[in-house]
Amino acid sequence: MSDFAPIVAPARQPQRASIGQPLKRREGVAKVTGSAVYAADNHPAGMLYAVMAVSTIANGRVSGLDVAAAKAHPGVVEVMTPANRPPLAKNPDDRDNPFMFRLDVLQNDRVRYANQPIAVVVAETFEAATEGAALLAPTYDAEPPQLHMNADEAAFVPESVGPGAPTQAAVGDVEAGLASASQRLDATYETPDQYHNPMEPHAIVAAWDGDRLVIDSPSQAMTIARGRLAGLFGIAADDIFIRSPFLGGGFGCKGAMMSPQVLGALAARLVNRPVKLVPTRAQMYGPLGHRGATRQTLRLGLDDTGRLTALSHHARTTSSVFDEFFEPAANISHTLYASPAISTSHDAVRVHTGTPMFMRGPGEASGSVALESAIDEAAHACGMDPLAFRLANYAEQEPISGKPFSSKRLYDCYAQAAERFGWAKRVLAPRSMRDENGLCVGWGLGTATFPVVMFEAEARAIIRADGTGVVETGAQDMGQGAWTALAQIAADSLALELDRTVFNAGASDLPDAGVAGGSGHTATVGNAIDAAGRDAIARLIDMAVDDADSPLHGVPAEQVVARWGRLQAGDDAARSESYADVLRRAGMAEVEGHGRGRADADVAERYAMHAHGAVFAEVKVDPDLGQIRVTRLVGAFAAGRVINPRMVESQFFGAMIWGLGFALHEKAETDPRSGRIMNADLAEYRVPVNADVAGIEALVIEEHDPHVNVLGIKGVGEIGVTGTAGAIANAVWHATGRRVRRFPIGVADMLDDDAATG
Amino acid sequence: MKPFDYLRPDSIDAAVAAAQAPDAVFLAGGTNLLDLMKGDVMRPARIVDITHLPALNGIERDADGGAWIGALVRNADLAFDDTFAHDFPAVAEALLSGASPQLRNAATVGGNLMQRTRCAYFQNTASACNRRAPGSGCDALDGLNANHAVLGWNSACIATHPSDFCVALAALDATVEIAGPEGRRSVALTDFHRLPGDDPADETVLARGELIVGVRLPAEAAALAWHSRYLKVRERTSYAFALVSAAVGLAIDSQGTITDARIALGGVAAKPWRARAAEAGLIGTRGGVEAYAAAGRAAFAEARPSGDNAYKIRLGQNIVARALARAAAGTPRELPALPGSPFATEAGELAHV
Repeated sequence: MSDFAPIVAPARQPQRASIGQPLKRREGVAKVTGSAVYAADNHPAGMLYAVMAVSTIANGRVSGLDVAAAKAHPGVVEVMTPANRPPLAKNPDDRDNPFMFRLDVLQNDRVRYANQPIAVVVAETFEAATEGAALLAPTYDAEPPQLHMNADEAAFVPESVGPGAPTQAAVGDVEAGLASASQRLDATYETPDQYHNPMEPHAIVAAWDGDRLVIDSPSQAMTIARGRLAGLFGIAADDIFIRSPFLGGGFGCKGAMMSPQVLGALAARLVNRPVKLVPTRAQMYGPLGHRGATRQTLRLGLDDTGRLTALSHHARTTSSVFDEFFEPAANISHTLYASPAISTSHDAVRVHTGTPMFMRGPGEASGSVALESAIDEAAHACGMDPLAFRLANYAEQEPISGKPFSSKRLYDCYAQAAERFGWAKRVLAPRSMRDENGLCVGWGLGTATFPVVMFEAEARAIIRADGTGVVETGAQDMGQGAWTALAQIAADSLALELDRTVFNAGASDLPDAGVAGGSGHTATVGNAIDAAGRDAIARLIDMAVDDADSPLHGVPAEQVVARWGRLQAGDDAARSESYADVLRRAGMAEVEGHGRGRADADVAERYAMHAHGAVFAEVKVDPDLGQIRVTRLVGAFAAGRVINPRMVESQFFGAMIWGLGFALHEKAETDPRSGRIMNADLAEYRVPVNADVAGIEALVIEEHDPHVNVLGIKGVGEIGVTGTAGAIANAVWHATGRRVRRFPIGVADMLDDDAATG
Repeated sequence: MKPFDYLRPDSIDAAVAAAQAPDAVFLAGGTNLLDLMKGDVMRPARIVDITHLPALNGIERDADGGAWIGALVRNADLAFDDTFAHDFPAVAEALLSGASPQLRNAATVGGNLMQRTRCAYFQNTASACNRRAPGSGCDALDGLNANHAVLGWNSACIATHPSDFCVALAALDATVEIAGPEGRRSVALTDFHRLPGDDPADETVLARGELIVGVRLPAEAAALAWHSRYLKVRERTSYAFALVSAAVGLAIDSQGTITDARIALGGVAAKPWRARAAEAGLIGTRGGVEAYAAAGRAAFAEARPSGDNAYKIRLGQNIVARALARAAAGTPRELPALPGSPFATEAGELAHV
């Protein structure tokens, strides 16, 4: 159920349709005034505080914990270790599907990465639990960790990459294409481990009532979370109730139920009282997922006219020593550039880190920065403008599959963003533009793309006797604006004004809304809502046309339309009645419709479905001091139907800024000996700050896609990361002549003589 | 968190007395101390809250133009004191280049001097660090050390002092006023922090219980106001510590001759580093690109990498040269929108580049 009182929407446009309106977040005031209840804000009666002790080694076993010292500390109630952890019905080292991850929930004394949970202290206060955890003073039998992606002798080809994608794909003969090329490019790019760093940690407040479990915890996929917990605890999913009205960011790391959350539920079971467990920021660098590092080798063949003759993209990545998730970085090369021969492949090395997982643009983000850099290098090798080069290699059909695109307005994205940016004034040669202060100026371009992903969702729509509507689905708002955008779809689905439609989401007792991920939540849940609303209306129409007292009696149902709370016979406004009248005469309190949203497999078979975009970046680099600043970003995106332009622009901004962080900032610094992450805080793990975003624009290119789904929605959450990081890297090169192939690009790269390649 | 005693004395003498206890620390803004306590890096047994001490909150001017800044003055209040910023612009610019508005609203003058290194191995209690745990070794020496010291380090410690404010104070011959059990004393800012030596944990000249009560800037410092800048290079535009920074001040006579020069460096050593040889080389010259570049080289003449940080030497040389050029061009009437930043440029300033 919604836990906040929605703020009444601001003055509306005169038209009544909610879809397309740039409404403000309905929960925005609640959030900025602190009244929105996030998971850690809950304090059920009798609640205790749990704090994790985590490992300081990356490989080995825990040889000792001073449980007595911790328990002797005033306020400490219990210490949970492998010795007394309540039993689980399912081995946490088993997994059944690509969306389930192996857990570290005190099943033994083994340590397989730094910051792994090794004990949980439960106390009357947070401070006592924290000190109790410190007093455990663990000792270890440490073994040398494997930390290096470059351990070629340990590399292997995984069975799949990402959530079940093939490891290799090819079309045409790449080696022949390279052999026939008049120019060849062979370049290797490296991206580091990156951590999601949502503002809100994976907090959990867990309360047991017998074998029934109530939890407050942020989740991008409550149904999956519930199923995971049910399996672990050996209880029915229906006996688990999850509230997740707001997420303080998700970015992929809140899709699966993670070890600290399960430990919170276990601790509550152990002490038989409600328990709150909130990982510290530092503890989020380990058991809660990250984007694995990549080393990507691109080989491009080019003919005399600047067209690709071959494109080969190989990605080395990492996974943990105990579980699988492989960043599918090379697959970005399947869709963007026309080439008679394409091959993509992956291999991997296991390292002593936590298991990598989905992180905003999984595969696409790291793949894009390498591909867009290589494309830029190829354009330079051909002496061509980077935009002209991309247009020369524009894919009219999906290169890897030969399928037509369901829609593709990438050309318009290039054209409009280039116009807005002023690209035509770019000087071709690098290191040739300066500003009035002598700073090197560079302009770069990157192409953005993201596939249309749909999960499965259900919704119910109710028309009540007073003529208002209620639409319910367990949708999850990570900050992307689901409370607002889905409510807009809900109102239109019932042909009601938004303020006459109650929208409920964010709890697991509502219809399954699937996953808030893959940029597919609005498309999936939106189409479920749309179908549910139409179903409710259809039922109401049936009631009206069958009712001898209705002005619509006898009108063929298919000729009746719903308009803003009234049913009407076609265009005959005189022959109509309100929803409320239909229900009142029937003596019914409400009529309820149901709907589902999911991908149409037949359409997916026939069409390649992707959102597209183009991002132009201007950077300035101090030629003597090496500091880099992105002074302008202009993106244009064609991503199908836009439900709420304000939310969509915000998604594009957020993702473009993420791309800025990818290019220049984000990197986990791992001590090469211990495997500890040495910058596990928001001061030293850098993400962009306000001053780093000097100018940003996102243009929405109108796109009508008749194939992707009924509402024509593609998805906007991740595409902005792609393109942007590459555009910035390319702009840095254009500014300085320095082609940096190891990300993030930093000051030292700008001062190192060896990096200049002119 | 380790339980601790909390005392809130109402006089300086009482505060000094309270801090005689072992493992006692003073609490002012708490922007560094509380973080370190949460991370178990510092585990004090006694917190002596000095925020209610009287008479440490003021900015006082001497008749001759000098200034006295109370130890509890907040960074933001000092930087936005128009009279102070006018006379000591490099100090204001340094302050505003540091941290974030929220932190500057809380952090104090005395606390800034007392802040601990940002070396990751100091902050990580599982790591060897002679500064945190004397005798345990230095994991930074063969670890991640791209941001570490290039001057004044030894194998016991290669950490740097992170302050911006102290760099400007060092350049301007500031003195630190200290109250202790034996009474009051003053120490030059450049002598306040210690280089590592045998015991890197001995970070300052403060004896147990001694309290910083204020910082004094001499009248001569105000004479540098017309040519005084702070320049700080970092990986992002704000909210980041310096890779290398420099505070410079010049006095230039009507003939264009440099009559006084001050250069102090940040991010390069365990203390704000005064580059006196480089200063001496400038005095009596008319400045210029070559002279500033030579000053940069002189400032780093004794520098050597402590790890993967050789780039800092070249960067530091260039920062000194640029900061001098900026200062020579004249202190801007108002602080730029991005204080201390390479991007805080005035039109035409870098025409020589």
